[in-house]
Amino acid sequence: MLFYHFGKYILLLKSVFKKPEKFSIYQEEIFREMVDIGLGSLGIISIISVFIGAVTTVQTAFQLVSDLIPKSVIGGITRDSTILELSPTICSLVLAGKIGSSIASQIGTMRVTEQIDALEIMGINAPGYLILPKVTAGIIMVPMLVIVSIFLSITGGYLAGTASGAVTAAEFVQGLTTNFNPFTVTIAMVKAVTFAIIITTVSAYQGFYTDGGALEVGQASTKAVVISCIAILAADYIIAQLLL
Amino acid sequence: MIDITDIRKSFGDNQVLKGISATFKPGVSTLIIGGSGSGKTTLMKCMVGLHQPDSGMVTYDGRDFTSLSFDERIDIRKEIGMLFQSSALFDSMCVEKNILFPLNMFSDMSKAEKKDRVNFVLERVNLAGKNKLFPAELSGGMKKRVGIARAIAMNPKYLFCDEPNSGLDPKTSILIDELIQEITAENNITTIVVTHDMNSVMGIGEHIIFLHQGQKWWEGSNQQITSTNNKELNEFVFATKLMETLLKK
Repeated sequence: MLFYHFGKYILLLKSVFKKPEKFSIYQEEIFREMVDIGLGSLGIISIISVFIGAVTTVQTAFQLVSDLIPKSVIGGITRDSTILELSPTICSLVLAGKIGSSIASQIGTMRVTEQIDALEIMGINAPGYLILPKVTAGIIMVPMLVIVSIFLSITGGYLAGTASGAVTAAEFVQGLTTNFNPFTVTIAMVKAVTFAIIITTVSAYQGFYTDGGALEVGQASTKAVVISCIAILAADYIIAQLLL
Repeated sequence: MIDITDIRKSFGDNQVLKGISATFKPGVSTLIIGGSGSGKTTLMKCMVGLHQPDSGMVTYDGRDFTSLSFDERIDIRKEIGMLFQSSALFDSMCVEKNILFPLNMFSDMSKAEKKDRVNFVLERVNLAGKNKLFPAELSGGMKKRVGIARAIAMNPKYLFCDEPNSGLDPKTSILIDELIQEITAENNITTIVVTHDMNSVMGIGEHIIFLHQGQKWWEGSNQQITSTNNKELNEFVFATKLMETLLKK
């Protein structure tokens, strides 16, 4: 069954990446999706990121009880945890819930109300028209959201650390700027792009093959979120194993 | 003209279509009627390529449709208009954008020409001035008419209508039937209507095909349908008290 769905998923992707009928129409759709995915998620990503950074700083400070370890380490740990893991992964898990369910229910509703049949009758490659703009917009916007998240998360960590007195501003900044490895940002971007592809394509697959009515659209939406989250965590481990 | 030859289609063990052959002529509305589960919609979906028949052939003016791939079918698909049971209007687009959609995708018309075409087809379905309304703001009958407008926007040679009267009151149903018949005659379109509405059968049934248990059970016109001895067809036609009463009169 798993192989059946995986094969069907690959065949769907093959249709998605066919040459568009009219590029200008696809371009318009891509911009619309970029606004939906990017700007539409900026609020929740910002709130989550500030708290992720704050909690990371406070908890790291709590565990650093030895006087032999300088307090500036807190800044370094917050930076690396945020860049390598927390911002790309947690943001993507949240986006899987927000964007993934929206994509699955949108495409699923179009399926059960015959709108996808209408596209096919017109001679339009429905997977391409419906899914390609979402995948493209995701690949562009999710890394941008992750970059914003990294900055806000570190800012959150700085504010929480200094406000609670766990670390001074100078120590935190010293930790942030010491031993910075730029490759960690590359890894974060690789993760962001991979997760964007997973969220958009898995959710679109679930929506595209919805069969039935409103109940099945809801189920497709739930499945899209669950499968995307599992796939994100699996991909996270594989990328970490391969690149670190 | 559309020809179908020995169309067969199964879903698992359930054989829905058991070898159906028919010819659909231009300028004539052909009604495919039958009870629920008789295979009407499946036959239509096989004809337009939404289902691939297990065997048999569909030809559009001599062009074999069934053996073509999705990409190769595009030229024929551009000549097909379809009205869906649920109207299948794109929720995120207003009436005007719904009708413009196929024109934007496939026509080489200028912006002004496209706009004129939209206004023309909207006028044709008696919805002039409703360009900016969204599907959620339309009644069932209006949605069907927008569906027809979108279907005829590209000047199709073939028009398919799946249950065009479902969910409509009798008066609106008649309006939709008359509209389909007028458009068919005006543009010499080959029109196929799947329905189980007896008002449509008696109103616009120039050519009727009755399906029963996945087979073509009877073929004729609305003039012949009330005088046939076909048991299954009579059970279908006279299932309502209204038809029975009318016949007795």
